[in-house]
Amino acid sequence: MIRPARSHPGWWAFVVHRLSGVALAFFLPAHFLVLGRAIQGEAHLESFLRWSEQPLVQLAEWVLVTLLAAHLAGGLRLLAIEFLPWREWHKTLAALAAGFAVAAGLAFALAR
Amino acid sequence: MSARAGAGLWVAQRATAAVLAFCVLVHLATMIFAVRGGLTAAQILGRTHGNYAWGAFYSLFVIAAGIHGAIGLRTVAAEWLSFRGRAADAAMAAIALAIVGLGLRAVSAVVL
Repeated sequence: MIRPARSHPGWWAFVVHRLSGVALAFFLPAHFLVLGRAIQGEAHLESFLRWSEQPLVQLAEWVLVTLLAAHLAGGLRLLAIEFLPWREWHKTLAALAAGFAVAAGLAFALAR
Repeated sequence: MSARAGAGLWVAQRATAAVLAFCVLVHLATMIFAVRGGLTAAQILGRTHGNYAWGAFYSLFVIAAGIHGAIGLRTVAAEWLSFRGRAADAAMAAIALAIVGLGLRAVSAVVL
């Protein structure tokens, strides 16, 4: 019996890579607009940073950092699959990508 | 879109991915280092003001992210929303220009 594709780690790696990419693409303009507040002076940027200290905003920040790490690791996985003769390493690469994303997210959360 | 242009987008997506792999690693490490003990506008701008090496790095980061993000969204729009053709290509170009424009404005805000 052929197992459904959704039980394969590669499918989950695809979903995480795609959803994290879309989320990051929507987040980028907001990120740039916030940094652009520095044009109006340090105080404008500072007021946003104080606002961002709310727990929910910090949680969203942590999610975004983890998504960025997941998209990076998932992208490296894809490049390895496409350009290197490592096709039998699919599951290992997916596990490494997930591990890297969790490690980066934890490092950020602990540093904060 | 012609097959040649499609191949060009495929190459651009992989080339920007390779640039972004390096940029995101540096960005993640910088964020984890920078958020220790809290984040203030003075700390951020103290590191970036007049630092043209960071300015060049983040300009490259922004341009690669704009191109990569727009091509990625075009693929997602085609596969999930069946949004294809000239309108989709025009939307992709507009998204790339918007992300790069906002990004370079943000870089100039914190560096100049």
